[in-house]
Amino acid sequence: MATKFDAIVVGAGPSGNAAAYTLAKSGLKVLQIERGEYPGSKNVQGAILYSDALEKIIPDFREDAPLERHIIEQRLWVLDDESFIGSHYRSDSFNKPPYNRYTIIRAQFDKWFSQKVQQAGALLICETTVSDLLMDGDRVVGVQTDRLGGSVYADVVILADGVNSILARKAGFRPELRPGDVALAVKEIHFLPQEVVESRFNISGDAGVVIEMVGKITKGMMGTGFLYTNKESLTIGVGCMLSDFKKQKCSPNQLLEDMKAHPSIRPLMEGGEMKEYAAHLIPEGGYNAIPKIYGDGWMIVGDAGMFVNAAHREGSNLAMTSGRLAAETVIELAAAKKAFTTKNLALYRNKLDASFVMKDLKKYRNMPQIFHRNPQFFTTYPELLNKAAHTMLTVDGVDKKTKEKQVRNSFKQKRSLFGLMGDAYKMWRAFE
Amino acid sequence: MSNAKIEEKLFQNRYRVDAGRPHIGIKNADICADECRTQQCTVCCPAGCYTLEGNGRVVLITDGCLECGTCRVICEDYRNINWEYPRGGYGILFKFG
Repeated sequence: MATKFDAIVVGAGPSGNAAAYTLAKSGLKVLQIERGEYPGSKNVQGAILYSDALEKIIPDFREDAPLERHIIEQRLWVLDDESFIGSHYRSDSFNKPPYNRYTIIRAQFDKWFSQKVQQAGALLICETTVSDLLMDGDRVVGVQTDRLGGSVYADVVILADGVNSILARKAGFRPELRPGDVALAVKEIHFLPQEVVESRFNISGDAGVVIEMVGKITKGMMGTGFLYTNKESLTIGVGCMLSDFKKQKCSPNQLLEDMKAHPSIRPLMEGGEMKEYAAHLIPEGGYNAIPKIYGDGWMIVGDAGMFVNAAHREGSNLAMTSGRLAAETVIELAAAKKAFTTKNLALYRNKLDASFVMKDLKKYRNMPQIFHRNPQFFTTYPELLNKAAHTMLTVDGVDKKTKEKQVRNSFKQKRSLFGLMGDAYKMWRAFE
Repeated sequence: MSNAKIEEKLFQNRYRVDAGRPHIGIKNADICADECRTQQCTVCCPAGCYTLEGNGRVVLITDGCLECGTCRVICEDYRNINWEYPRGGYGILFKFG
């Protein structure tokens, strides 16, 4: 293929599709290369779609996007081995359009997004793995694939090839991932009749519920669990820092099995038919783990750039936004007849810095280290909170003042007064 | 978790196996057997692709691989894994993702 493109986008996930769509829509000649059988077939997510990031790319996406349920209720559960203590927030205002977020099934959603990309005029080639970047000195000039029988050239290459980004690593743009920079998540999808999902979670129509979980389910590792309602299925999963899996020699599959067997979770899953088991790394190293994201003839978007806000369980919206901003950078430079040099592509970094992507990542830059060094937030506190609830709610002839004292003492015993104060400070530092 | 139980789960997944062309390989099997004390790949791989044999050797079968990257990232002391994506169109094909 001798044709030269204005831009090549590697990967057809949220960031790649956002970039390719924005570029193609502006009239640029775009080639997008995807290694899966179809866009989505290699992609794994919880999955929650936040409307705002997609709205800025495809304002009327709600008309035909495959959305499962809009979320009207968020539950946060803190679990110990036998119980959970938690909060539920449910609001009818979340049940009025335009909806703020949805559960989605990525294989279907990515396929839809990709159709929009192709309608906008980009050329998509699937079942093709990019093996190398083509360099002219330090400048990226194209890609080498395993399928097209050779090389394809472009003025700029956008790497949207996901958390493992072999291309960026091979080219020396970023170092190998460290186990402390990524979380490993495993998940399953269980199918149930629609009416069972709705009665079990007290919902109707297209409304849905999400449950986020912390506590003993992660066996002391830094991580969270989740359970999301789709139209006629539930996704359940758990993710922890890979460094913790490594340290504890913990089987991720067993972790998920134990979580599903929890007495508060099992009844919600009862009778479901498991149809897929998936695993994925999530770049949760935060701001300090972000590599160089642009250079001569290239930019990195999405998970490959480590754009995930672990504190708020956000990733795909950061991915789409970074993809869009990279594309807008290309469009602006092309219009000004400027070359895609390192100096000129700094505009991409500026745009990211000015957006919520970098602002949020910067805000939570201390969080990964703080939680990492303080596993008590994932073990001791969930246990103490559950025991406190149990003590206060058990009616057994002991007076309430004595019970309060028991609860206070249990906290002091486990963490000491200074420990408690220190933990409060650390919690504040993590979220400040 | 026994590998048999993981296999039951993986059976639900859709794969197109690139027969005879595994995308991941152990560079030097002697390092796994003789030098690596922890052999975490045999525990942390979510698809149970790495098994520890009775003689202390680690055997890798990539057919059930979920392409997550865990094995490559945790092998940080020895960097003893060659890890590539499968050829285009091969490997795990998520129905839901």
